[in-house]
Amino acid sequence: MAFNAEIARKDFPIFEEKMRGKPLVFLDSAASAQKPRAVIDAMARFYSTSYANIHRGVYELSERATGAFEGTREKARAFLNAPEAREIVFVRGTTEAINLVAATFGRTHIGADDEVLITHMEHHSNIVPWQLLCEEKGARLRVAPIDDRGALDVEAFGKLLTPRTKLAAISHVSNALGTVNPVSELVELAHAAGVPVLIDGAQAVPHQAVDVQALGCDFYAFSSHKVFGPSGVGVLWGKAEHLEAMPPYQSGGEMILTVSFEGSTWNEIPHKFEAGTPDIGGVVGLGAALDYVTGLGLDAISAHESELLAYASQALETVRGLRLIGTAPHKASVLSFVLDGIHPHDIGTILDQEGIAVRTGHHCAQPVMQRFDVPATARASLALYNTRADVDALVAGLERVRGVFAR
Amino acid sequence: MSELRELYQTVILDHNNSPRNFGNVENATGRAAGHNPLCGDQIEVSVRVVDGVVKDLRFEGSGCAISTASASIMTQAVKDKPLENAFALFERFHQLVTTSSEQAIDSEALGKLAVFGGVREFPVRVKCATLPWHTLKNALEGTSDVAKTE
Repeated sequence: MAFNAEIARKDFPIFEEKMRGKPLVFLDSAASAQKPRAVIDAMARFYSTSYANIHRGVYELSERATGAFEGTREKARAFLNAPEAREIVFVRGTTEAINLVAATFGRTHIGADDEVLITHMEHHSNIVPWQLLCEEKGARLRVAPIDDRGALDVEAFGKLLTPRTKLAAISHVSNALGTVNPVSELVELAHAAGVPVLIDGAQAVPHQAVDVQALGCDFYAFSSHKVFGPSGVGVLWGKAEHLEAMPPYQSGGEMILTVSFEGSTWNEIPHKFEAGTPDIGGVVGLGAALDYVTGLGLDAISAHESELLAYASQALETVRGLRLIGTAPHKASVLSFVLDGIHPHDIGTILDQEGIAVRTGHHCAQPVMQRFDVPATARASLALYNTRADVDALVAGLERVRGVFAR
Repeated sequence: MSELRELYQTVILDHNNSPRNFGNVENATGRAAGHNPLCGDQIEVSVRVVDGVVKDLRFEGSGCAISTASASIMTQAVKDKPLENAFALFERFHQLVTTSSEQAIDSEALGKLAVFGGVREFPVRVKCATLPWHTLKNALEGTSDVAKTE
């Protein structure tokens, strides 16, 4: 059956809510996506019937909980087409995943005068952990430039790969611009220079199928809450050879094999990186979310969103004084824009009066704002449940904004 | 709709379009920077205080209509006022934009600043209106800290 956003939308109870007395037009999924009933119900069912602490419990309830938790690990493996489930590490989100790699792999492999290569379009979470690591080690952070459309300068990226480069960390899809990076090409360039690659997939996984083996990367990170699962959970996938060689991240229970006052030994991967009791219910919710999007089909979702993005880009261009920030040839989901003489914050407030939720500000990507010489943008981001009606409402709302300011 | 009109009053839009006292005070006796990381608003306020009177004050920066108009109207309201009156206005203004609408506000004492009464219906915008004032306070008190709206 073909994908139908009108039908999929009914899976999300939030759309029964009114905002400012009007139907909710939710255009902020790049910040966090809404949750389908399947996820909400799966979590409630889990807490009602199967909750206990996981691993090591000898009783049936703990077995049920462990089964649901570890079942999600397999779902995440399949979702990313990773070779092995033990390469899936549950974390709190993409931010923690990147911090984990910086603190373990980074600390081990990056030394004085080494370099970490990122791009100009990164989210702060893929800048600051590397900045701190570079400061600590006396290493350098190098930044591959983007062009005026917000597309990565691949040639410049290639030139920045040197014998000193010890890691490249790249977003798959930019949260502020919507640019989709040519990840496999970048991985190929990096690997040819002997440089391992981490991909920040937070903005990619809700919109397109991801195959880490096809991409060829070394690490891939994403957050549950952006892919319609609960917040507070995320996934780090890493090649087993890397994960096995890496020192632990946080320490405590679960991550150890043996503990004595003379010393401790570490558990097998992935448990070595999962100290303490995790967000068990959250992981189960993530499992339901992955089932949900897989059931709809990511290729179908992707096709729907591409069509909608093209429609929205055209529609926004009819708004006088509107300038899109981020017009790369290959884009997903995100429409960042500014309006002549009207600050994004004012746009956000006036749209809100129409029940339209957009994000305004720097989108945790201040270097992107500096690159385009704007203090902030308004950002509408699309997801599987958005329709042309949402885009039409946005355009009408922006005319209202212009009306308020034209007085 | 009416709340929106209340927020974006003609006076506010006018000051946003052509901000008064925009720029830098020469021979400033104090200056301070303010930043609202939520929306990227940046403001710098410079003041010249002579014999306890705010003889001149100006602001620079970029921000939304509410913060720009607030800064502009603030400079008009505070100019040539003794320091204690300036601080008293800060308190009154703060009350105006944070007090619930049921409570009575002495709008006479506020003068033109009363146009910001609509802001209280928009809690997330309160910081836009108060940022210039926090920054002014720092400038007058001679602190060099970046003003925040927290």
